[in-house]
Amino acid sequence: MYDAVMAETISIAGHGGDQIEAYYARPLGPGPFGGVVVIHHMPGYDPQTKEITRTFAVNGYNAVCLNLYTREAAGASPDDAAATARARGGVPDERLVGDVGGAMTFLRSLPNSNGKVGTIGYCSGGRQSFLAAVSLPLDAAVDCYGAFVVGHPPEGTPLKAGPIVHLTKDLSCPLLGLFGAEDTHPSPEQVQELEQELKAQGKTYEFHTYEGAGHAFFAVNRPAYRPEAANDGWNRIWDFYGRYLAA
Amino acid sequence: MCTYQTEQIKVTGSGKGADGWFGLTDASVYYDHPVHAAAEHSLNIDFLNPGQGPSARVAVELTAESARALAQAIEAALASVPAGLL
Repeated sequence: MYDAVMAETISIAGHGGDQIEAYYARPLGPGPFGGVVVIHHMPGYDPQTKEITRTFAVNGYNAVCLNLYTREAAGASPDDAAATARARGGVPDERLVGDVGGAMTFLRSLPNSNGKVGTIGYCSGGRQSFLAAVSLPLDAAVDCYGAFVVGHPPEGTPLKAGPIVHLTKDLSCPLLGLFGAEDTHPSPEQVQELEQELKAQGKTYEFHTYEGAGHAFFAVNRPAYRPEAANDGWNRIWDFYGRYLAA
Repeated sequence: MCTYQTEQIKVTGSGKGADGWFGLTDASVYYDHPVHAAAEHSLNIDFLNPGQGPSARVAVELTAESARALAQAIEAALASVPAGLL
């Protein structure tokens, strides 16, 4: 099987037509392939998130990771960009939806696209993946430990994000949720609340909560990494996308 | 987990970053995931000057214990300043 991949930095038109830096990884075969928008965590558009993006290409998906902090910090190192964005309250929801919409359009326009696009996000990106799925016509969405889908950010924080569980009724696609039982943002109770709303709205979803894992259990470069949970989580992602995004 | 809470203050002074000295206008203080320190969470301080762009930043990541010791050392240093100097 021809398994060559290509990965490079490009720019994509996002919200308001702004040119957004993006990391684009794709298989070089004829396809057709599904598309994945990778939504980075709050610490930013970093080497580990780019590695995740390449992993999708290696496994047969056209993948794009937007630098959500392009407007605040184009050209800055990921941690400097994240510090600036944090001080300004993070990424506004409307802008996120516009940017992911631009990536979705880009992926659907590729000559070897099968017309299907999903999202996956980690941490703040998990909430943003859910937000994209209630705002855009997507085919699959994965939420990895996204906080504040349910629940409010702490008092006095500059963070602009608020709860969005009330938008569950608008979910456009199946949702896979992967969470750690020891996480407090989101807590198991908050995950249950989201699950109840998904049931009430008759949505297609699969949730898995891993014992012995907390927040950021997919992060290979952090003490939070939990290989068992991450390995099982990746298998569930391939199974889920295989059903909803593959040709 | 990502804690999201951020203390923000205005500061006056100077900091030495990757490209040398620059004037400081702001500081963010938060207990959250570090980028470099080997811990799940750390007390992070960003000394910033937004007007000079995101790379105008001096960043530190400390254990909670170190951060408390630093806070005490700051108070002690200021308390020991001779009369009339402050």
